[in-house]
Amino acid sequence: MRGVDLLGLASGAAVGSPLRTALSVLAMAIGVAAVVVLTALGDGARRYVLDRFASLGSNLVIVLPGRSSTGGFNPANAITSTPRDLSVLDAAALRRAPAVLRLAPLSVGTSEISYGGRLRETVVAGTTAEFMALRRFALAEGRFLPESDWSRATPVAVLGATIRAELFGNREVVGELVRIGDRRVRVVGVLAPVGQGLGMNPDENVIVPVALAQAMFNTNTLFRIMVEARDRSRIEDAKQQVLEILRARHGGEEDMTVITQDAVLATFDRLLTALTGAVAAIAAISLAVAGILIMNVMLVAVSQRTAEIGLLKALGADPKVILGLFLTEAAMLAVAGAVLGYLLGQVGAFGLRLAFPVFPAFAPGWAVLAAITTALVTGLLFGLAPARHAARLDAVIALGRRP
Amino acid sequence: MAESAEPGAAPLIALRAIERTFRLGEDKVAALTGVSLDIGAGEYLAVVGPSGSGKSTLLNLLGLLDRPDAGHYLFEGRDVTTLSVHEQAAVRSRRIGFVFQSFHLVPRLTAAENIALPMVLAGIAPADRARRVGEALAAVALTDRAGHRPDQLSGGQRQRVAIARATVMQPAVLLADEPTGNLDRTTGEGVIGLLESLNRLGMTLIVVTHDAALAARARRQVSVSDGRIVGDRIRAA
Ligand SMILES: Nc1ncnc2c1ncn2[C@@H]1O[C@H](COP(=O)(O)OP(=O)(O)OP(=O)(O)O)[C@@H](O)[C@H]1O
Ligand SMILES: [Mg+2]
Repeated sequence: MRGVDLLGLASGAAVGSPLRTALSVLAMAIGVAAVVVLTALGDGARRYVLDRFASLGSNLVIVLPGRSSTGGFNPANAITSTPRDLSVLDAAALRRAPAVLRLAPLSVGTSEISYGGRLRETVVAGTTAEFMALRRFALAEGRFLPESDWSRATPVAVLGATIRAELFGNREVVGELVRIGDRRVRVVGVLAPVGQGLGMNPDENVIVPVALAQAMFNTNTLFRIMVEARDRSRIEDAKQQVLEILRARHGGEEDMTVITQDAVLATFDRLLTALTGAVAAIAAISLAVAGILIMNVMLVAVSQRTAEIGLLKALGADPKVILGLFLTEAAMLAVAGAVLGYLLGQVGAFGLRLAFPVFPAFAPGWAVLAAITTALVTGLLFGLAPARHAARLDAVIALGRRP
Repeated sequence: MAESAEPGAAPLIALRAIERTFRLGEDKVAALTGVSLDIGAGEYLAVVGPSGSGKSTLLNLLGLLDRPDAGHYLFEGRDVTTLSVHEQAAVRSRRIGFVFQSFHLVPRLTAAENIALPMVLAGIAPADRARRVGEALAAVALTDRAGHRPDQLSGGQRQRVAIARATVMQPAVLLADEPTGNLDRTTGEGVIGLLESLNRLGMTLIVVTHDAALAARARRQVSVSDGRIVGDRIRAA
């Protein structure tokens, strides 16, 4: 039998029972659409997070106080006293590291900021002039923190865009005095809006000299030291040099954690890819359900067309031809469902992107390919049993059924 | 025993000591017992007998839709009882045509498509198919009904479509089980007339019938009773 004729006969049979065909195509389509939309969601989340991290700045090496819990249990650490905190002097010492381009200490606390009777809670970030270049910030008004001695608590502040809008509205801001906690501080500049960030949103922060922040929060420790390596290839060098310098300053103990942005990104990437895969696998269960539905539909088709199968055998159809006919019909249902589901899924992903413009909800290519392949394979696999049943029917008994 | 159409030549069909027993749980039904029969090419043969005597079973065996439990069936000189299902399908496709009491047309296909079906299954090229469907439709005087579906045709017209379908592969033998069973007398006679005209063109025709008048029109009558051949008469020319 010729391929075209096989397709023609099989599609004719499928169209001949529209309700049954529509139902199995729909079931398959829902399965494929679910995979496409859910993976678009998962992969969108992954890209969203990675983009946010990338916007922190590039070639970053971040120093945290304390031993990383993922470093494993170290008996040498267990018997020593509590780990030493990071200090501004630690940060200053890192200037010596040749692979380090720039660095900024970071001390963080929450406080109230008020102006002209308006008051709000804010995160105060104490740092130095280099922080702006390091985080790739831009200024909307005025200047950033002055280049001065890190130990000077100059009473100046740079406001995030949201804080500025909420406290000042349209009024002039540079040069005004605001109250942060119980201190009067002069506003020297305003950051250009950054948008949503991970964890801290710079738009809602107030940036002051590190010494001022430490005085406000009555501490001499740092939350982080942000370090920028000279270029991408020197990130690892920078990390080693930073570790070496700090270890020497902390009496040979490695009571700090140095993470590179690359490592964080890779971890998130792996985590979220795995998440997307898991979501896809769950969605694929609906494909298996669709496969079972196709099997039932084909079993009904075989029993309804028993007389026709008997006739085909009487007309000289080889059992293989009958097998091929029913398999082709099942495959057609699966393909139609996969194509429809793909289109529905893309429309769904498009809808997601419309609803959440910041969210890059594109289904990854591998997921689309996997969904369509799974649809085809389940269609054929679940179509096999009914098709074999048809091919093995006894011609005389089959013909005895009234058509 | 009746002679073959051409004495001395190998018969088209030769049955030797055929047994066919159906098992229904514990019971055994001997549908055919010790059936031996020669049928020559071009013969017109009627199989008669009471209900349940084994006529349909015999016809199904002749058409390779069923296998005997014992005995041999030589078709065109070749023992077809030992063929694989694939080889038997090939023989049915090229050499055997069936006409059924209930027509067995595919309801979603047009008359022309139903007639083309055996050629489609045999992988014959579409151009060739179209020409032969046209000829077959003309032969059964249904050219103007080519695009009609079975439910738009009368019983007689349906059976004529079925006959066109059974003959479009130009088989050696046409097997008809009660071809007029679902038709009124005049329509039935028209259908029998059509089958007889095909026989006059050389096609071997084997008709199972209850109808004595129809059976009497055949040149040779084989009577079956209780699974045995009990009579084999050739009408004087
Ligand atoms: N598949 C089957 N299983 C069991 N018994 C069967 C089967 N097919 C036929 N028989 C039995 O074999 C015998 C012959 O049946 P067959 O159909 O050949 O009779 P028939 O001469 O064609 O009868 P009718 O004139 O009523 O069509 C009957 O007793 C029937 O019950
Ligand atoms: Mg019968």
